[in-house]
Amino acid sequence: MTKTTYSRRRVLKTGAVAGTAGLMMPTYLRAAAHEGFTNAPTGDTVTLGFNVPQTGPYAEEGLDELRAQELAVEHLNGMGDGGMMNTFSSKVLDGTGIMGKKVEFVTGDTQTKSDVARASAQSMIQKDGCIMITGGSSSGVAVAVQGLCQEAGVIFMAGLTHSNDTTGKDRKANGFRHFFNGYMSGAALAPVLVNAYGADRRAYHLTADYNWGWTQQESMAASTGALGWETVENVLTPVGAGDFSSYIAPILNSGADTLVLNHYGGDMVNSLTQAVQFGLKDRQVNGKDFKIIVPLYSELMAKGAGSNIEGVFGSMNWNWQLEDEGTKAFVRSFGEKYGFPPSNAAHTCYTQIMLYADAVTRAGSFNPCAVVEALEDYEFDGMGNGPVLYRGADHQCFKDVLVMEGVASPSGNANMVGYDTLRIVEQTPRAQVEYAPDHPMFAGGALGECNPGA
Amino acid sequence: MLGLNSRDFKLLMIVIFMTLAAPILLNPFPVDSALGESFNAGYPALMQRFVIFGLLAVGFNILFGLTGYLSFGHAAFLGVGSYAAVWMFKLLSYNIVPAMLASVIVAALFAVVIGYVCLRRSGIYFSILTLAFAQMSYALAYSVLSPITNGETGLQVYSDDPQVLMRAGDPIVPHLFGLEMNSSVTWNVGGWQFVFQNGYYLSAICMIIGFYISIRIFRSPFGLMLRAIKSNQTRMSYTGMNTKPYMLAAFVISGMYAGVAGGLMSAMDPLTGAERMFWTASGEIVVMAILGGVGTLIGPVLGAGIIKYLENIISKINSDILHNWFAFMPDWMDNLLVNILYPFVGKGWHLTLGVLFMVVVIFLPGGLVQGGQKLGALFSRKSKSSNSDATTAGTANTNTPAE
Repeated sequence: MTKTTYSRRRVLKTGAVAGTAGLMMPTYLRAAAHEGFTNAPTGDTVTLGFNVPQTGPYAEEGLDELRAQELAVEHLNGMGDGGMMNTFSSKVLDGTGIMGKKVEFVTGDTQTKSDVARASAQSMIQKDGCIMITGGSSSGVAVAVQGLCQEAGVIFMAGLTHSNDTTGKDRKANGFRHFFNGYMSGAALAPVLVNAYGADRRAYHLTADYNWGWTQQESMAASTGALGWETVENVLTPVGAGDFSSYIAPILNSGADTLVLNHYGGDMVNSLTQAVQFGLKDRQVNGKDFKIIVPLYSELMAKGAGSNIEGVFGSMNWNWQLEDEGTKAFVRSFGEKYGFPPSNAAHTCYTQIMLYADAVTRAGSFNPCAVVEALEDYEFDGMGNGPVLYRGADHQCFKDVLVMEGVASPSGNANMVGYDTLRIVEQTPRAQVEYAPDHPMFAGGALGECNPGA
Repeated sequence: MLGLNSRDFKLLMIVIFMTLAAPILLNPFPVDSALGESFNAGYPALMQRFVIFGLLAVGFNILFGLTGYLSFGHAAFLGVGSYAAVWMFKLLSYNIVPAMLASVIVAALFAVVIGYVCLRRSGIYFSILTLAFAQMSYALAYSVLSPITNGETGLQVYSDDPQVLMRAGDPIVPHLFGLEMNSSVTWNVGGWQFVFQNGYYLSAICMIIGFYISIRIFRSPFGLMLRAIKSNQTRMSYTGMNTKPYMLAAFVISGMYAGVAGGLMSAMDPLTGAERMFWTASGEIVVMAILGGVGTLIGPVLGAGIIKYLENIISKINSDILHNWFAFMPDWMDNLLVNILYPFVGKGWHLTLGVLFMVVVIFLPGGLVQGGQKLGALFSRKSKSSNSDATTAGTANTNTPAE
């Protein structure tokens, strides 16, 4: 990290003072250069940094991520029932931490602000000696922290981030994304929508006015357009608008028969609720029933929107209702510890930690470059999504995508709203959502070289 | 010395000492101790924030402290400064000199335009106008101007950017003629670890220079004029003074300070986002100044330090750490204490800040500096009677607490 002399002179001076004061003589090192990479774990523990929003609009998601992350650490350290470690196709993890080092963690609050997230990640790297940072619930933050980790020379395992840019134009060699993206949502949803609603629909888009919203809208318009749908209009709405009625009223006269809400979190809850209040769901346009689509679903949004999501299609990365062994094992151990099912944000964070631990063990080193090599083009199974590929060209995971539909709660349990009010309509196979690394929606980025720091 | 009276000179020396020795002063505990893991603040990223926000608050204080005009949109200058600097990195090279120059110039131009419009009004209307401009800037940066600002994702440097002045072998991190900002020397003494980073020292030097200039402004005829505007602007006008140029000058200087701070933030970490201009960021600057002591020289720096300390250190204390502290106690006591403390740490750090702010505003209207003075008076009561006149005069002169 260092090759300067001016501050060393100061250090020497201060050192001389300290020495005469009877302290032990200083040994100054070149910032851990002797290990060859940033924050090489030297003792019998290794520290991971969980950087999630604990306050702000995505706080609930962040806290759910934190739960899953704590659970993953327990499993890695051999406590609890082992969760998805037992179903994971790779068997190198044995419950003794990572390479025999006990896993410890520090937490930080991103507040869903890039600056704060970076400050928090910096303190994890510089103060707490973290070797890997994970978590987050927004693409802007993910891109910001990913860039920081690239510069500092640690691994970033992205949490919930759905924008194409994270592994598109902002992709970085030290960053990895397990979560799916806007393009995949569009590719998975479009055929289902055409099947259900016909190929001659006229869609009206309301789009959150920032990067994620744009990439989501672009992906939806492209994939539905390819199957015959027409995009009547795309209206950008400010983030956190609260009141969407002025955006919804014009839809009534637009001649559109479908509304696509490219919103997330509280915005989606508000816009969907107001669309329903405007009676859009009961309308008939062009002789067809008016339909609403929410491309990206989450349990917490579904919870917030309550019964308004009935009959609304959307997509998810993973859902606790899947029937495979990995999902069952994860839902069981999460449910036993916390008393409710995990969200898909929780699942992706848990999986990312397991994948990181596994990659380190297979590589036999915590060196970020060794980890990158171990993760690139890595095929695995048993983590709840079926067979998955971590593509080396852009560090994006490729796996089946779930198309979901909102339904009335079958259990009638108020605590389960959001969890059982989403039904899996289809598990879109991985081949259908794959794309080339230099696809126009993802072009313009370069991974660069992996950076071990120090 | 340096054109300062002895009192100011002493203050400047204290500030210089504190900032230069910060890597040692802020790491009072051994690295591996429980206290060190929780309370040590001497890591480069945080120390940079201390001095950068200190500089920002010093600049803000020139406007708010001297003229009494409360700008509620100061973060906008910080933001444009940061954007200007990152653009210089993208277009020219990672050398921070053109970046810093650009951030000061752009922030100054921005301040001239906004100041010219906003200063037509005073009091609450001025505050609202500045707030409106800042929020406009934020909205523009967040979405409308995305081609320039990269929107919500934030502006950063890509490897395929032009960087026309970049030569082969130049560092690919911000540097000052080859001196890399993120290089550091680590010094291990026993269990202690001190990190001395180039970037921090550059920011510290900027802060010291900014602080020195601020003292000179406070003591100058120009500063006196600003104070006169604060105490009675109408009377100034009646005497035939045109106060507008003075106000605008103060506003622009203040905006330039924010521009330097923004440029430094980019130089330390070459990524900038729109939320740096959000109104909460502007509010934070106001809180810094009030917490430390508006109109005092050192107050805003103290306020900035305290807020950044709470935000970065206290916010990371989670319930596990609390349980570790009280592990030696019986379980019920442990749980009780954790339950009492928990709302104030971790994500509850805002609550701690809020309580502190209330206490300061109610009991110490002059900010923490007034608290320090009260404490000082308490301990020097004996000598006070003999030279009370001189001290009071001196105090009023140096600090002019909230009027």
